Amino acid sequence: MYLKIDHVDKTFQRGSQSTEVLRGITLDVAKGEYVSIIGHSGCGKSTLLNIVAGLTDTTNGGVILEGRQVDTPGPDRAVVFQNHSLLPWLTVYDNVRLAVDKVFRKTKSRAERDAWTLHNLDLVQMVHAKDKRPSEISGGMKQRVGIARALAMEPKVLLLDEPFGALDALTRANLQETVMALHQKLGNTVMMITHDVDEAVLLSDRIVMMTNGPAAKIGEVLEVPLAHPRKRLDLVSDPAYIKCRTAVLKFLYERHRYVEAA
Amino acid sequence: MNMPVRNTDNVVALPQATAGVLPMPPAPGKPLLSRVVPVLGEIAVRVVPPLLVLVLILVVWQFMTNSPKASLPSPLKIWQDSKDLIVDPFFVAGPQDIGLGWRVLTSLTRVAYGFGLAAVVGILLGAIVGQSTWAMRGLDPIFQVLRTVPPLAWLPLSLAAFRDANPSAIFVIFITAIWPVIINTAVGIRNIPQDYRNVALVLQLNPIEYFYKIMVPSAAPYIFTGLRIGVGLSWLAIVAAEMLTGGVGIGFFIWDAWNSSRLSDIVVALIYIGVVGFVLDRLVAGVSTIVTRGTAKS
Ligand SMILES: Nc1ncnc2c1ncn2[C@@H]1O[C@H](COP(=O)(O)OP(=O)(O)OP(=O)(O)O)[C@@H](O)[C@H]1O
Ligand SMILES: [Mg+2]
Repeated sequence: MYLKIDHVDKTFQRGSQSTEVLRGITLDVAKGEYVSIIGHSGCGKSTLLNIVAGLTDTTNGGVILEGRQVDTPGPDRAVVFQNHSLLPWLTVYDNVRLAVDKVFRKTKSRAERDAWTLHNLDLVQMVHAKDKRPSEISGGMKQRVGIARALAMEPKVLLLDEPFGALDALTRANLQETVMALHQKLGNTVMMITHDVDEAVLLSDRIVMMTNGPAAKIGEVLEVPLAHPRKRLDLVSDPAYIKCRTAVLKFLYERHRYVEAA
Repeated sequence: MNMPVRNTDNVVALPQATAGVLPMPPAPGKPLLSRVVPVLGEIAVRVVPPLLVLVLILVVWQFMTNSPKASLPSPLKIWQDSKDLIVDPFFVAGPQDIGLGWRVLTSLTRVAYGFGLAAVVGILLGAIVGQSTWAMRGLDPIFQVLRTVPPLAWLPLSLAAFRDANPSAIFVIFITAIWPVIINTAVGIRNIPQDYRNVALVLQLNPIEYFYKIMVPSAAPYIFTGLRIGVGLSWLAIVAAEMLTGGVGIGFFIWDAWNSSRLSDIVVALIYIGVVGFVLDRLVAGVSTIVTRGTAKS
C-alpha cells in the first residue's frame, strides 16, 4: 500500500480535560487514488488530515507512506488549507517560489526553479496575476495559488482540507474542474476533506464516511465506479452517480444524523 | 499569555497635522488651476491652523514677557540674542562655539548607535521570548520591571561600568529603547497565525529561514510599533544623558547655556530638539508603512 493510516487514535488533552476525537482509524490509499473524507462538522476530519500531514501527532497508531512511518510534516505531504494561508507579504509568484526554492534547492538551477514556478502557476491559470499580492486577488484565485504551491512541491500525497469550502458555487465548480483536470494529468495521490456530497462523488475514486464524534471512526467506504474524465452535466442522470450520491446522503442524514449539541 | 497586548497602548501616535513645513507653491497657470485648487485647499487646511496657533502663541508670549523685569526672554529678545544659532545651524567658530546642527548631529550619532543596537538585540530577544513559553514565563516579569526604570537612573551604573561619557550615553539609549522593542516583538510573534506556522512546518523551514521569511514579516507591524516608541524614548534619554555627561551634544548645550544664563539659546535648542524628535518619529513611521505595506490582512 502506498499510504497507510494504521489504527490511529487521537485524544486531545487540555489540562485535566481530555477529548477522544478519533478511534481506530485504518485506511489504505493506493498510488494515484483520489480519496474524499466526508462527515459532519467537528467529527475530526481536519484532525485526521493534520495527522497525515504530520502537523498533529497521534495518541496511538501511525501513518506509513511508501513503507516509511511519517510523524513530522514535510513537503512530500503538501497541504492546501481551507483558508488558503498564502503569505500576504509575498506576491503570488513568490509564494509559490518559496516552496520551489525550499524543495528543489539542490536539484534544480535558478532558471529551472523559475520555470517550474511559472509552470505550476500556469497549471492553475494564474500566471497573469503572478505579481499581485494575495490581498489583491479573489478567494478562488487564492485557492488556485494555494493548489499551485502544493503541486509545485511534487508531493507524494496532496492533502486538501475543504479546499473550496469558502467559495461561492460557481467558483467552486470551476475549481473542481481544474482539480479534476490536474488529477487526470498528473495522477497525484489525493486526500480531500469535504462537506459537499456532490463534490465528493464527482471528484473521488473512493469516499470515506466518518461517524459523528466523539471517538469518530470510519463508518463506511464507498467506491465510486465512474470512469474518468467525468463530466458534471452527464453525471446528473447517470444511475451509478445517483446511487453513490444516495448512499452518501443516507449515511449522513439517516444513519449518522448530526446531533446538535445541547 | 501573561504579556498583555496593552503594552502597545503607549504608541506615540502623533496627530497627522504637519507643522507648517510645506511652503505654498507659486500660483500655477490657468488650465492647471482647476486641478490644483483642491490640492492647495488640502495644504491650506493642514498648514494654516498650526501657523495661526503659532502666531497666537508668539504674540501672547511676547506680551507676557515684554517688561524688562520678566524672568524669561521674549521672542524678539531671543531673535536678537541668538540670531546666529537660528539662521545658521552649521557654523564653526571655535571648539565649543558651533552651530546647533552640528550638536544635533552628534546627539543623533549616539542615538543611532544606541537605538540601532537596541533594535537588533531587541528584535532577537523579542523573537526568543515570543517563541518560547518558558522564556516568556522567565523573562517577561523581569522585563516588565526593568522597563519602568527611568533612563537616567541607569546613568551612574553605566558610567561606573564604561568609565567614559560617550559609551555610557549610548548604553543609556540602548537600555531605554530596548524594552518596547522586545515586548512588542514578542507580542507580534505570539500573534503569528497558526496557518503561517503550518506553512513553515510543511516546507520544513529551518529556524533561520523561519525567522527571516515568516517571523519578521508577519510581526513587522508590531515590531515597528516597538521601534517607534523606542526611537522616541531614545531622543528623550539622550538629551537628559548629555546634560550630565558633557561633550558637544545638544543636551550638554542646554546645560551649558543654563550655567552661563543664556536663556535665549536654551529656547532655540528646545525648538531644535522638538523638531528633530518629530522628524525621527515620522521617519520610523514612514519606513514602517513602506515595509509593512504587504502585511495587511488579506
Ligand atoms: N488542539 C485541539 N485541542 C483540543 N480539542 C481539539 C483540538 N483540535 C480539535 N479539537 C476537537 O476535535 C474535534 C474535531 O475537530 P476537527 O477540527 O478535526 O473537526 P472537523 O471534522 O474538521 O470539523 P469541521 O468540518 O467543522 O472542520 C472537535 O470537537 C474539536 O473541538
Ligand atoms: Mg475541519
